[in-house]
Amino acid sequence: MRETAAIEVRELTMAYGGRIVMQDLSFQVRRGEIFVIMGGSGGGKSTLLKHLIGLKKPAGGAILFDGEDFGEAGEAARKGMLRRMGVLYQNGALWSGLTLAENVALPIEEYTELPPEAIAEVVSLKLALVGLRGFESYYPVEISGGMRKRAALARAVALDPEVLFFDEPSSGLDPITASRLDDLILQLRDSFGTTIVVVSHDLDSIFKIADRAVFLDIEQKTMTALGPPADLRENPPSEEVHRFLTRSGDAADRSVPDRTRERTPAS
Amino acid sequence: MRAEIRQDDHTLIAGLAGDWELENPTPRFDRLVEARAPGQPLRAVAFETAELGRWDSSLLTFLLQGMNYCEAHGLEFREEGLPENIAHLLALARAVPEKAAERQEPAASLLARLGTKGLSSFDAFLVSVAFVGEVAASLTRLLLRRVRLRWRDFWVVVQSNGSGALPIVTLISFLVGLIIAFLGAVVLRRFGAGYYVSYLVGYGMLREMGALMTGIIMSGRTGAAFAAELGSMKITEEIDAYETLGLSAVDHLVLPRVLGLFVMMPLLTIYAMFVGIIGGLLVSVTLLDLTATQFIGGLLTPVTLADGLLGVFKGTVFGLIIGIAGCMRGMQTGSDAGAVGRSATSAVVTGITLIIVANAIVDWLSALVGV
Repeated sequence: MRETAAIEVRELTMAYGGRIVMQDLSFQVRRGEIFVIMGGSGGGKSTLLKHLIGLKKPAGGAILFDGEDFGEAGEAARKGMLRRMGVLYQNGALWSGLTLAENVALPIEEYTELPPEAIAEVVSLKLALVGLRGFESYYPVEISGGMRKRAALARAVALDPEVLFFDEPSSGLDPITASRLDDLILQLRDSFGTTIVVVSHDLDSIFKIADRAVFLDIEQKTMTALGPPADLRENPPSEEVHRFLTRSGDAADRSVPDRTRERTPAS
Repeated sequence: MRAEIRQDDHTLIAGLAGDWELENPTPRFDRLVEARAPGQPLRAVAFETAELGRWDSSLLTFLLQGMNYCEAHGLEFREEGLPENIAHLLALARAVPEKAAERQEPAASLLARLGTKGLSSFDAFLVSVAFVGEVAASLTRLLLRRVRLRWRDFWVVVQSNGSGALPIVTLISFLVGLIIAFLGAVVLRRFGAGYYVSYLVGYGMLREMGALMTGIIMSGRTGAAFAAELGSMKITEEIDAYETLGLSAVDHLVLPRVLGLFVMMPLLTIYAMFVGIIGGLLVSVTLLDLTATQFIGGLLTPVTLADGLLGVFKGTVFGLIIGIAGCMRGMQTGSDAGAVGRSATSAVVTGITLIIVANAIVDWLSALVGV
């Protein structure tokens, strides 16, 4: 096993326009682990994911993929890195004009010289792995939201990526389907040794799948916790992390104490 | 709805009675306080709610006014007299501090605003140039067989801009031919030159109106559709999915659309020219007592093949402009609910503006070279 981390984030600053969203983010994602980016709604989790997969450029700092700076890489090197990644978007983001088979086949066609029959076999295998055998000719609009996510997962793993990113995998799914998706994530890691990065605020899912997690604090505009979720719950480094991991109060909204009762009369 | 104000020592007591509902106008707290009889200086505000009936947000609004008044005047706001549920709601309403400070931006001077606008327009221009460059690079990759064209998308565009566009192109071109002929009939007949109406219709439709009207129609029809399709794909992250797989969204999505339109626009232009001339023929035969043979003879003698080819060339250029403008606006779509609509509108405006500009440039160049 290579010694470098799969992903290393060094003093990352994220900004929209001139407005800083998060800063001083530094952590490593180890090979073969399930790493969760957690925090309240609007806390910059999905923005961090977009930086990790190269959709947004850092305002400061660096993101290293397998020891190589993602932002500084040339086009060929960058394409090589993307070839080793897979992304499951929040709503699947399947290409609506293509059938499920075509969705899964497209990356394989682009990156390999396999003949069409061999591609068709790989596509069937990938769809079967996510429980969609027989749905090859369906269009995304013809299947349910949960099936779309599974089909998108089949596309994400089409090229057997080393790192898989999931953006809110359980959002919009009922608890049973969400739990099955969690099982699938665990299975992918255990079977293929895939490094998995998940953006989530679903505590059930976080405690079920995460080896380690980073907590993004929207008020502090930085990460305030890093480690196994169970450890963070036992020894929370901040009140915000404690509230988030124990569901005590809405951490995302940071409800402040009742100011009306704190106010003292002038007299 | 009643709020009776009285003063007990240094405390203002507001007796809230009746039903407080949004259907009725709510009294303003500050006016009630200021309208009270002069007395000792105030230190606190309290409430009595024994006679309070039904209430909704109107009462909460009134109480929040009271809280703000107390805060501004250094008075104690006593919640003890309020029902517990109202006190809780007030606490909830005041729980999250306003973030007004974060939104405060210094007012820029006129010069600074002009500069900012100029810079953003220049940035937008650079983005447009970069997009055109990307499409050109993608086309080069296609010619070098480094990318595969999505033929299905290409044929969908061809079909949509072929048989799908014929009815509207027929109608508009026919009417434009009619209009040119009407114009000619009125003006030329005064000089006894009614015979030359066929020249006017032929020359007008072949050199200018065939391509121009087809371009405007296709800009509204296809340019907007391209922007809406790609804009929706942007919002559903389908375009991001291409990028994160290291695939070019321009190769897969833009190229088939631009090429489809590029192929169909010259054909549609030729069709529009033909239909427009038919419209002109109809007017000439019915209004000017010309025969069809005279009309066609008057058309073929002065109008040359170069006039027709110039129109077809313009149509081809317009096809490229519409395709690129529509796809560019689609790819630039934002993430809010109205973004797709704005992109579609912008695609039409950009397309039509550029078509008119391109038409003028081609006319100027053709005059220079004597075509």
